Amino acid sequence: MLDPYKIREDFPILKRKINNHPLIYFDNAATTQKPRQVIGAIREFYEKYNANVHRGVHTLSQEASELYENAHEEVAKFINADGTEEIIFVRGTTEAINLVAYAWGLRNLKGEDEVLVTLMEHHSNIVPWELLSKINGFQVRYVDVNPDGTLNYEAFGNAISEKTRIVCMSHVSNVTGAINDVKKVAKMAHEYGALVLVDGAQSVPHLPVDVKDLDVDFFAFSGHKMLGPTGIGALYGKREILMEMEPFHGGGEMIRDVTFNTITRRCSISWNDLPWKFEAGTPNICGGVGLMAAVKYLRSIGMENVKEHEETLTEHAMHRTQECGKVKIYGPRDASVKCGIIPFNVDGLSSHDVALFLDGYGIMVRSGFHCAQPLHEVFKLKSSARVSFYIYNTREEIDRFVEVLKEIERI
Amino acid sequence: MGAIEDYVARIEETCGEERDFVVVFKYDKKGEVMAKILQKAKVEKSISRIIFELTFKDVSFRLYGTGKAIFRNLKDKDELKNVLSDLLL
Repeated sequence: MLDPYKIREDFPILKRKINNHPLIYFDNAATTQKPRQVIGAIREFYEKYNANVHRGVHTLSQEASELYENAHEEVAKFINADGTEEIIFVRGTTEAINLVAYAWGLRNLKGEDEVLVTLMEHHSNIVPWELLSKINGFQVRYVDVNPDGTLNYEAFGNAISEKTRIVCMSHVSNVTGAINDVKKVAKMAHEYGALVLVDGAQSVPHLPVDVKDLDVDFFAFSGHKMLGPTGIGALYGKREILMEMEPFHGGGEMIRDVTFNTITRRCSISWNDLPWKFEAGTPNICGGVGLMAAVKYLRSIGMENVKEHEETLTEHAMHRTQECGKVKIYGPRDASVKCGIIPFNVDGLSSHDVALFLDGYGIMVRSGFHCAQPLHEVFKLKSSARVSFYIYNTREEIDRFVEVLKEIERI
Repeated sequence: MGAIEDYVARIEETCGEERDFVVVFKYDKKGEVMAKILQKAKVEKSISRIIFELTFKDVSFRLYGTGKAIFRNLKDKDELKNVLSDLLL
């Protein structure tokens, strides 16, 4: 069992007061706070090991390279990938999805092909496919969700066909927290020969993820949503698929040779090994080191414990908010089928008013579309406020939040 | 005669169908800003003197004691700046 009070001691920011109230940070689906262990790893890197990675023969470069490679190894182990060849470091989930869209989709999608996208996706798993469809002319088809925001598997079964080349879905909705049955979808997709790309931005930080068990082809996530720094994330891809793909960005590091033919006056280029083929230019080395520290921190807690803690908090929040007659909650009510994300509105107030009011009491929540406008249109909502929990949140913070909600209801 | 930038730290256009604007006033000018606004705008409702429902020239907005305000139903940022200019300068 996880002890949030002990964990809180690792997070210096949680000692802050905002607007004269103790900080209650409930915006974890947007980004998480950083423990001393991550902050320390970043500082230590710049104080002791900073150098550019790979192809440097000096000691610092070798040490930096080793750290950066170890970071890939730690991330691979964390999601049970088959080693570092399957882990590409990117800026975050958005870049990971764009990598798949352009390095795979640009060459493999055309004409009658279809890309299946669920209506609960974050814009980052919609826009790249819409952009690409304007270039290649394929169809983007949207799979319906149920009234509670969970994925409609029957609709998915009806939508998938021989035309489907790739299925793009989130593992956990960033609006409702609903956990999708990725394994089931992957099985259905593979029966039609389609690939599966999963946006794992809201799952990897909150529950155990095993990409081999899920049997997905691509899996994307961000470091900053799992205690790591911003600007670093990872794309998992099955080795055999990554091997066949052309690079995304061109530049240094991603090539093995660029040979110049003096007669034809052309260059011929061969690619570096995986995963470096997809990591052009000087990478975010320090970000990788910070992400490794975050992964080690989460592993020391245990992802089952993280999930259990969030489930307990979600249950408590669902129960306590029933005391608020003007508060309407969206998405599934059963805490066991979702992560610690709760979208809500207060009758007669915009979500931004609610967020501003809570801010006055030191409670940080998000308001708006949460980059998922289509899902809000399904819910017929102008916007929503959203609380999202993590390992350092407590029942007492939820109790305080509910008390302030009651104040808001009196407006 | 100053500029609204003397009082305003940042303006955020909200994400959502409402397209409201959240104005964050400079922390060290918070008291001055609130006094000016409360003098010029009509207070429709006040909650514990920490939230004020206000109207000014047919524009409704809510002012928070934290030094933030949310303006609704404005056409664009230029209209907001005009309102802020009338309120603050």
